[in-house]
Amino acid sequence: MKTSITLACGAVLLAACASLPSPAELDQQAQAMMKASFRDQGIAKVDRIQQDLGQSACSSDKPPSDAVSKQVEKEAMATIQPPSDGRYLGDWKRGEALAQNGRGMTWTDASIETKANGGNCYNCHQIDKKEISFGTIGPSLWNYGKLRGVLNPDDPAAKPIVDYTWGKLWNSKAYSACSNMPRFGHAKLLDEGQLKDIMALLLDPKSPVNQ
Amino acid sequence: MKLKPVLAASAIALIAASVPAQEKSAADGIAEYRKMLEDGNPAELFEAKGEALWKRKRGPKNASMEACDLGKGPGVVKGAFVELPRWFADTNKVQDLESRLLTCMERLQGLDPKTVTDERFGRGEQANMEGLVAWISAESRGMKMNLPTSHPEEKRLYELGKRAFYFRGGTHDFSCASCHGEDGKRIRLQDLPNLTHNPGNGVGFAAWPAYRVSSGELWSMQRRLNDCFRQQRFPFPGYASEVTIALASFMGINAKGAESIAPSIKR
Repeated sequence: MKTSITLACGAVLLAACASLPSPAELDQQAQAMMKASFRDQGIAKVDRIQQDLGQSACSSDKPPSDAVSKQVEKEAMATIQPPSDGRYLGDWKRGEALAQNGRGMTWTDASIETKANGGNCYNCHQIDKKEISFGTIGPSLWNYGKLRGVLNPDDPAAKPIVDYTWGKLWNSKAYSACSNMPRFGHAKLLDEGQLKDIMALLLDPKSPVNQ
Repeated sequence: MKLKPVLAASAIALIAASVPAQEKSAADGIAEYRKMLEDGNPAELFEAKGEALWKRKRGPKNASMEACDLGKGPGVVKGAFVELPRWFADTNKVQDLESRLLTCMERLQGLDPKTVTDERFGRGEQANMEGLVAWISAESRGMKMNLPTSHPEEKRLYELGKRAFYFRGGTHDFSCASCHGEDGKRIRLQDLPNLTHNPGNGVGFAAWPAYRVSSGELWSMQRRLNDCFRQQRFPFPGYASEVTIALASFMGINAKGAESIAPSIKR
């Protein structure tokens, strides 16, 4: 429908079409364009451009309304699954390796399994200060646990920070509807064990991050 | 050709060893390395190939590309690159450099556009395209980006490109804006141009096509966008598909006044 109207504008009704289509029409045309412009390649299938509520709400230069933001955050919060054995921290050394690893889920990657994926953390965050090659899209995570007073992650006093950090890694949109951060647990980018290792990198008092 | 990445790596290592291991120094080191590279930009080889291809009679019609209208009249190459994408009356479409070249190859030379669009980057007719875009962009080197915006279709494609730029999707919820929507951001040590406004002379849209030292290849804007979408974890954008033209319109119009240094040299 839209295409035929557009063609008519260009070919026949130039004068009548001197102005732009309405914003709503442009939105529809853009959706049709996204649908028509991509094809499957390897593991990257076209279903990846079918947006959920949060993705479509955050696809503009303007933030969504407060009501929509709250709904996105509420739905995201409901997706967070705590670790099955109740233990939140794994091995910070494996966490550092995951933080360094930026691979996974592109059409040149062979598998969508979590073990094929890295955490991409240093792409956007400063973490261990020894690593000078870090991105600045996200905030610095240097001294993450120390700055938040986490001396013993098993202490009930540390529970709110531990829960928040797990939730942020599992589904970042629970705390900020349009967060730039991927939803590592919810989108099955990293599994429970990998998330625990990144938790340890951030919160283990022995991790180089907290020295 | 095979040696290039190795040379590049050792150049980086040299610089890294010669400066203190501090954040700013590392970035300075990379800038220094880029400066060194500019002295001998292998893009010149692609430019020479492109100029020859433009003038060579090829295809079923045994014709050259010299009558191709890139927007400033048949055969006018100088200054054409910095005004693309633009609307063309004969196709009634907004076209970027590469989709326009496809039209000329088909109409003037009788070549099937599929020989380009279905080919892998760097091979066959795609490799020919790389030469053509290198030469044509070089003919506008030093000129300022100045895309026309008076035609309604040019305005419409800009609006569609803006929507594509902010479109979040994929496994990681990334859009173009995730990396290119704010000033002063980096991925690792790589500076990210803010493509929602003019990011400066020879930066972002005004730097492509470019010679990639890491792969020893000449990357067109189509290929640059293709690899952005790969890293965005999106599916595969068709060569010269509408989303690529719309994004080029958005970035190109935003870059108005930026001096083009294409084909530039990148790591």
